Amino acid sequence: VKKMDITRLFTTHRKLLLVGFLILLIVFVVTFPLYNGTYRTSVLTTILMYVILAVSWTMFSSTTGYMSLAPAAFFGIGIYSMALLQDYLPFPVIIVVGGLISFALALLLGLVTLRLRGIYFTIFSFGLVVFIMNIVNYVEATVAGTHGRYLLLLDRTMLLYVMLGLAVVTVLAIYFIRRSRLGLAMQSIGGNEEAAEHMGINTNIVKVLTFAISAIFMGAAGVVTAPSLIYVNPSIAFSLTYSFLPILMAVFGGMGQLYGPALGAVVFGYLAKTLRAQLLTYFMIVFGILLVVVIVFLPNGIVGLVPMLQSKLGGVIARLRKGSQGEQHANT
Amino acid sequence: MERILSLIIVGILMGGLYGLMAMGLSLQYGVCRVLNIAHGEFVMLGAMLTFFLSFSLGINPLVAPAIIGPLLFGLGFLLQTTLFRGLKARAPSPAAFEGSALLAAFGVLYIIQYLARVRWGTLLLPSTYLTDSVPFIGGMNLSLNQIVSFAIAVALGIAVYLFLTRSRLGRAIRATAEDQATAGLMGVNTNMILGFCFGLGALLAGIAGTLISMRIYANTGIGFSNTVIALIVVTLGGLGSVPGSFIAGIIIGIVSMLVTGLWESVLTVPVYYGILMVLLLARPAGIFGKK
Repeated sequence: VKKMDITRLFTTHRKLLLVGFLILLIVFVVTFPLYNGTYRTSVLTTILMYVILAVSWTMFSSTTGYMSLAPAAFFGIGIYSMALLQDYLPFPVIIVVGGLISFALALLLGLVTLRLRGIYFTIFSFGLVVFIMNIVNYVEATVAGTHGRYLLLLDRTMLLYVMLGLAVVTVLAIYFIRRSRLGLAMQSIGGNEEAAEHMGINTNIVKVLTFAISAIFMGAAGVVTAPSLIYVNPSIAFSLTYSFLPILMAVFGGMGQLYGPALGAVVFGYLAKTLRAQLLTYFMIVFGILLVVVIVFLPNGIVGLVPMLQSKLGGVIARLRKGSQGEQHANT
Repeated sequence: MERILSLIIVGILMGGLYGLMAMGLSLQYGVCRVLNIAHGEFVMLGAMLTFFLSFSLGINPLVAPAIIGPLLFGLGFLLQTTLFRGLKARAPSPAAFEGSALLAAFGVLYIIQYLARVRWGTLLLPSTYLTDSVPFIGGMNLSLNQIVSFAIAVALGIAVYLFLTRSRLGRAIRATAEDQATAGLMGVNTNMILGFCFGLGALLAGIAGTLISMRIYANTGIGFSNTVIALIVVTLGGLGSVPGSFIAGIIIGIVSMLVTGLWESVLTVPVYYGILMVLLLARPAGIFGKK
């Protein structure tokens, strides 16, 4: 009887369990700085940053099928918002400002390119990063006369908490967007855009809006990351790794569910932050191989492995159980 | 005026290389439907191999493509016939295939670039071949390698164009690009054709790399910026249009030299981008695009 209760707990109260698990995670992160040094704290902050980037990338690109290569552009805008405004505005206001500037830019890019075929959008988003990097470079060199900017280092524990708050907001917001009418509209665009249009969905508005919303979180994450970089120049702030890594993480984790990209971000965020430069080079080779292998053999990522194993193992267990039952029958 | 003219000439000479690079990408996307984001890495491989073949084995850079070409062709052929063909067989729709092929190409980019970094480091390897200057009209000087590399690029471009339009294999390629299923029914071995096109794209990238190492420098990090240029050129010329991408390459070459010479070199990419924006709003399929 007791065994039954446990299985029922896992099936009917799944949501409750999930919330409990999330609360435990949050408690873990909140208490983390109490018994760990600043280095580990900053590693955890970086992991949370990648969670935000990977989850918000997945929200738009994976559901609609429009591959965006622009996260680095919005992230870099966040970093530069912090660098330029740190002396004038309080930190929380800059987070909002960085998010809003990214939102506006994504809106602009989306309005121009999202009505075209997906491949043009991909190419444009790819160029956007280099475009903004060069513009900032030019403006900084001619107007401000600098190559880079220094950032005031803020308390790392505080940064961790802000990043945690941002990650929670991001995940919750995206969770609710996915369940809303907007989320359904996005999914139908990913399934068949023409059919979605015939069903009365204004596909352009949905695409542009969700793309811009996903950019808010990336921009805000950039603002919160900026202080721990200490020094930035355009090629650091707009480094394409910030575009590529979240995508790789999302693909590796699996894009069907929100926890797929988050899981990928935890694994690779940790590795990317802690491996030394020399080791990182070898790691990137392994990373590339892993990516290809995952795309070919596990289209649903590591998370997709679970149901696959479950069905396979389930079959084996059922067969075993049948076998043992048969034996029992034979014995009696 | 004379300065502008000379910039335009240098731009045309550079544009030939861009065109060659973009032709390969255009062939890969137009026929195989793979937006090969690792294209620039093949350019890098061509450049690095050329440098080391001439540096350690004393092979003339002009002969190097005879070794590098087949090597990269084989690599491209293998990639298409194993990786991308498998992905295509599993993909539920053509759009899904384009997405997953793009992501797989990402993986390939990482593998090639970091393997090259492990093998060759990140040194800048300047060109020392054919650097004699040649007097040109209006009292300006061009270096010999600029002219030679342009001539090779144009000759190759024309050769590929003639091959695609005149030969039997070229017709099979065009048929496959238009409608793979029907081409297959007409007796075209489409899998071989796709492999061949991807290989040819990689080969063209490799030779472009040879020419780049001859006239500028070789470095393991040049792949990425070349991918950006090739993507812009291909979009400008119309995705999948091979002659269009060559002409667009020359336009981009001229623009890049004019912007660098008269304004500021960091602004070249923003200017490309502006041109592309305006063009896509006016003609969404590119200059020579069909639809």
